[in-house]
Parts: sequence; C-alpha cells; structure tokens
Amino acid sequence: MSKENWVFIAGLILIAAIPLTGSRFYIFLFTDIMIFGLFAVSLNLLIGYTGLVSFGHAAYFGIGCYTCALLITKANLPFAIAFAATGVFGAAAAVIIGFFCVRLTKIYFAMLTLAFSQIVWAIVFKWNALTGGDTGIYGIDFPKFLDSKIKYFYFVLFIVAVSLVVLRKIVNSPFGRILATIRDNPERTEFIGINVKLFQLIAFIISGFFSAIAGGLFAVFNHSVFPDFCHWPISAEVLIMTLLGGMYNFFGPMVGAGALLYLRLESTSYTEYWPFILGTILCLILFFAPGGIVGFIQDKIVRRGSSK
Amino acid sequence: MGIGFDASFLVIQLLNGLTNAMFIFLIASGLSIIFGVLRILNFAHGSLYMLGAYMTHQCVSVFINSPYRFWLAVLIAPLSVALLGGLIERTLLRRLYRHEELIQLLFTYALVLILGDFARFIWGVDQLSVSRPQILKGAVIIFGQYFPKYNIFIIFLGPCIAFLFWFLMLRTRWGRMIRAAALDRETLGALGINVDRLFTVVFIIGSWLAALGGALVSPVTTIRPGMDVEIIINAFIVVVIGGMGSFWGTFWGALIVGSVYSLGILVFPRLSIIFIYVIMILILITRPWGLLGRPLER
Repeated sequence: MSKENWVFIAGLILIAAIPLTGSRFYIFLFTDIMIFGLFAVSLNLLIGYTGLVSFGHAAYFGIGCYTCALLITKANLPFAIAFAATGVFGAAAAVIIGFFCVRLTKIYFAMLTLAFSQIVWAIVFKWNALTGGDTGIYGIDFPKFLDSKIKYFYFVLFIVAVSLVVLRKIVNSPFGRILATIRDNPERTEFIGINVKLFQLIAFIISGFFSAIAGGLFAVFNHSVFPDFCHWPISAEVLIMTLLGGMYNFFGPMVGAGALLYLRLESTSYTEYWPFILGTILCLILFFAPGGIVGFIQDKIVRRGSSK
Repeated sequence: MGIGFDASFLVIQLLNGLTNAMFIFLIASGLSIIFGVLRILNFAHGSLYMLGAYMTHQCVSVFINSPYRFWLAVLIAPLSVALLGGLIERTLLRRLYRHEELIQLLFTYALVLILGDFARFIWGVDQLSVSRPQILKGAVIIFGQYFPKYNIFIIFLGPCIAFLFWFLMLRTRWGRMIRAAALDRETLGALGINVDRLFTVVFIIGSWLAALGGALVSPVTTIRPGMDVEIIINAFIVVVIGGMGSFWGTFWGALIVGSVYSLGILVFPRLSIIFIYVIMILILITRPWGLLGRPLER
C-alpha cells in the first residue's frame, strides 16, 4: 500500500475515535469539517486535476441542501430517498450547466460558472412558495435511525469515506490521468484524439454529484437551509479551503477545510474580525506557500529527506 | 389612474435606471480597464468603491464648516483610495503576475476580506450618510413627478466622464500606451515602454474610478459594511456583457443592466434579477468577449 493510503486509514481511525472524547465541540467541528472537506475535494477534481477554475460550486452544494430539505419537509419522503436524490439532482444540474461551461476557458469559464450559480441562488431566493425565500427552511430533523449527533457523525464519516475512496479511484484511474493531461496541455490532448470537452464535462458532473452529496449531508446536520448556501461567497470559501490545504494533493482540500473551520470557530470567540484573519492567512499562503499546507509540509519533508 | 400616470411613472423609472447605470458604469469601467491591461479579475474593486464612499463621509466630516465640503470630498476621497490602490499594486499584486489566474483571483478576494474588516474597524457597522451638496438639493418636476436634482446631475456627469476618458485614451500618450498594452504587452515592452509603471498607473486609474463611483453614490445611498460585495457582482455582469477590457462596451453594458433592473421591477418584480443573469449567460455562451469586446488571443 502506498504511503498516502496509510495516511488515509490513519486519518479515518483518528476521526472515528473523536466521539470517544465525549466532546460535543469536537463532534460538531469534525462533522462540519468532513462535510466541507468532501465539498472541497470534489471541487478540486475540477481545479487541481482538470485545470478548470469553477467559481460557482455553491450551486451544487446549494442544490444538494435544498433537494434534501424539500424532499424531507415538503414531500415527506424518507431520509434515504431524499439523500440519494441530492446526488442525482446535483449531477443533473451539472450536466446542463457543464454542457455550456466546458465550451469556455479560463476566466470566461469562471464567469459562466458564477453566472449559473447566481441563477440558482436567485431562484432559491425569490421562489418564496417553494423554498421559503430569505427565511429558508427549518425543522429538518435527524432521521429515525440516526437520531443523535454521534450517530449522524458516524453516518457522515461513512459517506465521506466512501466518497473519498471513489474519488481517489477516479483520479488514479486512466480517466483521471487523462484529466491531468488536459490540465497540463489541453491543445495537445485534443491532438492525440481525446475529446477534451467530453472529459471535462464528465469531471464537471462527478464534481457536481459529490458537491451535492456534501450539501445534502449539511442540510440535515444544520437542521435548516438558507439561500446563502447557494450564494457566491460560499463558492469563494470552498476555493479558499482548497488552496489553503493544497490543490496538488488529493487530501489537501480536506486539510484546508479542517484548518479554516477550526480557526474560524476558535477565532470567533476572541475577535469579531475573522475575515481579516482569513484574508491575511490567505495572503501568506498565496505568497509563501502556493502549494498550501500539505504542499508546504511535503516540501519540508522532502527537503529534509534529501539533505540528509 | 390613466395611461398618463403610467407613462410618467415609466419615465421616472427609466431615469432612475439611468442614474443607477451611470454609477455602475463608473465602477465597472475601472474594473474593465484593469482587466483589459493587467488581465486580472479584481474582486477587490467593490472594496475600493466602498472605501471611496467611507472616505467621502470622512472628508465631509473634516470639512464640515466649508460650503464646498461635498466637492472637496469628491476630489480628495477618490485620490486617497487611488493611492492605496497604487500601493497594493506596487507592493503585493505585482509579485503575482507570473502566477496562474486562480492565485490572482484569490489574492483580490483576500483583499476583499481584509479591506472589508479594515472599514468595519475604522467606521463601525452603523449606516453612515452624506448629505447632498446645497446646489443639488431638492427636486425638479418631470411629467408631474418629482425627480431629484442630484440624479439629473449624475445622468449628465456619467456620459461626460465617459467622453473625457475616451478622448484621453484616444489622444494622449498614456492613453495610447494603455490601449497598446491591452493588445500586446510583450511588444510594448520590447518597444522600450516601462510596462511595469504602466500597470501601476492603470491600477491607480481603475481604483480612482471605483472610488469616484463610491464618492458620488454616497449622497443617495447608505454607507455600510457589505456594500462592497453587493456591487462587485453587478460590476462583473456589466463588464461581461459589454466585453472585458472594452470601454464603450462597459458603458452600454451599464445602460442595459441599469434599465433592466429599473424596468424589470415594473414588469416582473421577481424575475428582473434572474433576467440579468440570463443575459450574462447568453452573452458568455454566444460571445464570450462581450458585445463590444474582442476575443483574447490566448
């Protein structure tokens, strides 16, 4: 087994042991981290692995949130069905949106993903009758078989772990290699007979699927959903998580989510200027460690290892 | 309640839309010129606009005894923000030109977070306001409806600034260099032009325009935290519709967005915001370089 696999398994065991501490704070924090970590890792399938900077991923997260919330509260469907539907709806939206977006490159791609996600937000915000508009939807209870925070924690752990295994299989498969080739040089990839747009679209759909799954998990964890979950600052925040942890490593975005959410929770008890702190950290990372936290650590280890 | 009422109301709505369009134009034109030359999508542009408004409030309080306090503020506030913009470009942004777009984009977003809290730290969270200059107080009657004098001033000022800028870009040495840099900065550098300095100047001009928008909007809005992120997406929409880097494109883009907002509210109150994004998407799908822009070679 590769070193990365050992790290993954060790990480899973450590996280699985967290409820043993009995700390409600850590159970809450790590449920949050796992959910946003999955969201960031699925965004990184596009950014780090395919070279497409989406600035509208809040759309899929938000669609996941609202699919789950609406199917449970308005349609009275069981949690299992509602949760399964989140991925389907997220992927379906990604098919439609991605179809247009992959035709564009770079800054235009980012702008179009932003525009589509703002449409999703505007619809959620304005369609009072269905989504409750600005007030959102409240009262999304834990399902019967997951009726405590600890049980839900393990459910999230299970879903996120399975999703990460699937995503890792994807990036390490021949399909994933082609995505990396597209990232490094789209023109040349096109010349060797690969349908670049199709591969980009498939990556887009997979990313939308898992982002929506993260959204579904979050809706139930939070017991309520709001239009803000589809708004562009969420897209920016998940981009920051990705970059903070490191976009050149599979688990980087997960680490980034952990760092950001932990620091936010800690800092808000000391100061109201969390955005200032986040902006400063982001600047430091951008200027001194573009590979993010994981990239920085790997760099140190590799350098130390080679100097010995 | 006949047609007459509806028509005059329509005219007023249209004039309101025009006023808003001129504000958005000022802000978006700065964004557009920065994108055209530096190829950077500047999220912090909304923050510079917000700082422009706060600084205007600050200057008005400093010159409270002067009858010309508003005009002094409109003169000084944008200049101070432009200096800040130049400082940011020289010391920080400069180092990121060789990096990929994502890094630059996130840096400007980091600025949004930092400058937003900076303003909150200095001016607090309360809503601030600036009163209109004496000469522009009151309203005129148009088709039996009151319309503020200040808005009329803005409707005339917008095109004046647009023409002035267009003329400067067309006729002056700096204008020619900026247009050349937007086309091909490598060749311009090879011709012996100091492109580094040009970038700083362009960023200063862009920051000045953003802050001027903030200064001029301050008498008709409340100055408050959050006005930075509210404006930035609208500025993006305008720039995308008109064409990133295209000056007149930005002007038309602002007119389209301004009038859709004000008239859309009459026809489909709920859908006008969606309608704007639909226009943006249609433009990006059919003409990614915008109505009056030109395709990027890269």
